[in-house]
Amino acid sequence: MAEKTLSSFEKFIKYIDSILPLEIELIINNFDRFIYGVGITLELTILSLIIGFLLAVPMAVARSSQHAILSPIIWCYTYVFRGTPLLVQTYLIYYGLGQFQFIKNSWVWDSILSSAWWCALIAFTLNTAAYTTELLHGAINDTPKGEVEAAIASGHSYFGRIRRIILPSAFRRAIPAYSNEVIFMLHGSVVASTITLQDVLGVGRWLNGRYYLAYEGFITAALLYFAIVFGITRIFRMVERKYLKYLQ
Amino acid sequence: MNLIWEYRQQLVDGTLVTIQLALASLIIAILFGLLGAMGKLSSNRIANMMAGIYTTAVRGVPDLVLILLVFYGGQEIINTIGKATDWWKYVEINQFMAGTCTIGVIFGAYYTETFRGAIMAIPKGQIEAGVAVGMNKFLVFRHIIWPQMIRYALPGFSNNWLVQIKTTALVSVIGLQDLVYNAFVAGRSTHLLFIFMFASLVIFLLMTAISDLLLTLLNRKYSKGMVRT
Repeated sequence: MAEKTLSSFEKFIKYIDSILPLEIELIINNFDRFIYGVGITLELTILSLIIGFLLAVPMAVARSSQHAILSPIIWCYTYVFRGTPLLVQTYLIYYGLGQFQFIKNSWVWDSILSSAWWCALIAFTLNTAAYTTELLHGAINDTPKGEVEAAIASGHSYFGRIRRIILPSAFRRAIPAYSNEVIFMLHGSVVASTITLQDVLGVGRWLNGRYYLAYEGFITAALLYFAIVFGITRIFRMVERKYLKYLQ
Repeated sequence: MNLIWEYRQQLVDGTLVTIQLALASLIIAILFGLLGAMGKLSSNRIANMMAGIYTTAVRGVPDLVLILLVFYGGQEIINTIGKATDWWKYVEINQFMAGTCTIGVIFGAYYTETFRGAIMAIPKGQIEAGVAVGMNKFLVFRHIIWPQMIRYALPGFSNNWLVQIKTTALVSVIGLQDLVYNAFVAGRSTHLLFIFMFASLVIFLLMTAISDLLLTLLNRKYSKGMVRT
């Protein structure tokens, strides 16, 4: 008689459970954790993308300015961060900085650097800022010469030129490449699970470890990431349709 | 500094494992990339669809998730099949195999797009000309498509390869004793994690910088016949 008390949704789950060799019920029961994991993943990804972008804009302008000191310094920064794995950068900040006693004694340690979340955010931000700087630098370099000359002829100052002519068109040109960077950053955010954070993959690993499973946690994580990537591509397609209309 | 010198053997061993892994997975990736590009360009609808599913699925899921799935799940699948069919006895997937195959298959999807773009960049008239002088499909590929494909594919290939080198760092998570893993262990036992992680950072930077340099030279060689605009 217990059968009758089951809702149709639970029956459906039972049925799926019986035909698939996976513990679907376990996933459903722990789904709130996965939702929480999606929250952590999105939080880290979006925050680092926003801060990284804000850092990247002035750096890209400086890098394209061919300033004798600033330009090479920024080139070095982007070269190092683009040439090394995000995993190593994150380890360097999270595990590495604890080596120095003076950092451990300072106020930054207790409030920021001892927390895995902050370390992940710092590493991700520095990483995406480097990629975004190079991407914007490329877009700025591709500005048609005539536009810049027209701006000079109409009496724009250097910063007026950058603000009103160069950056708006560079941003538009950078949209397709930036959508790739967003997806790369989302993929890169799995590194957070290696420094104890419970992001999507972190929850998946926890589930597998707790119930001694081989697939369930990872497959759920994979599907969730896939769904997020799908959403991001959709959003960018809309953005491109709006801002790149004059090119289509 | 002295401590790094003491642990140099671990760092060198780890670097060699990383390089082996990167090269082995590159071979798999190129094979999958060529297969995928052929599938995407073929007139067969099933091949077309399969290649499409392959690239979308692989590029939608983070690499570490797939590596973990193959390492922990792949073993069970293979052994379940082995038990059911009696074709093989208990098989153990080691970290190197799991890492190489997964990274190879993942990057195959990226090379698919690179190769597809490169083949499509070859003017159709040249292929038609090849057919017109009586070449079969293989000869057309060998003499017309392949040499030009390399030229068109090199810039994209370089990008993918640099990302691939960096991705190999993730196999330290499944316990393969690569550069990151060895540096981490050495750093933890000496309480000098910063120094050792920094050392591995520098080694990775050297690997990507050298690859970058070599590929730029190669690119210059292959695009000799092209007018740079």
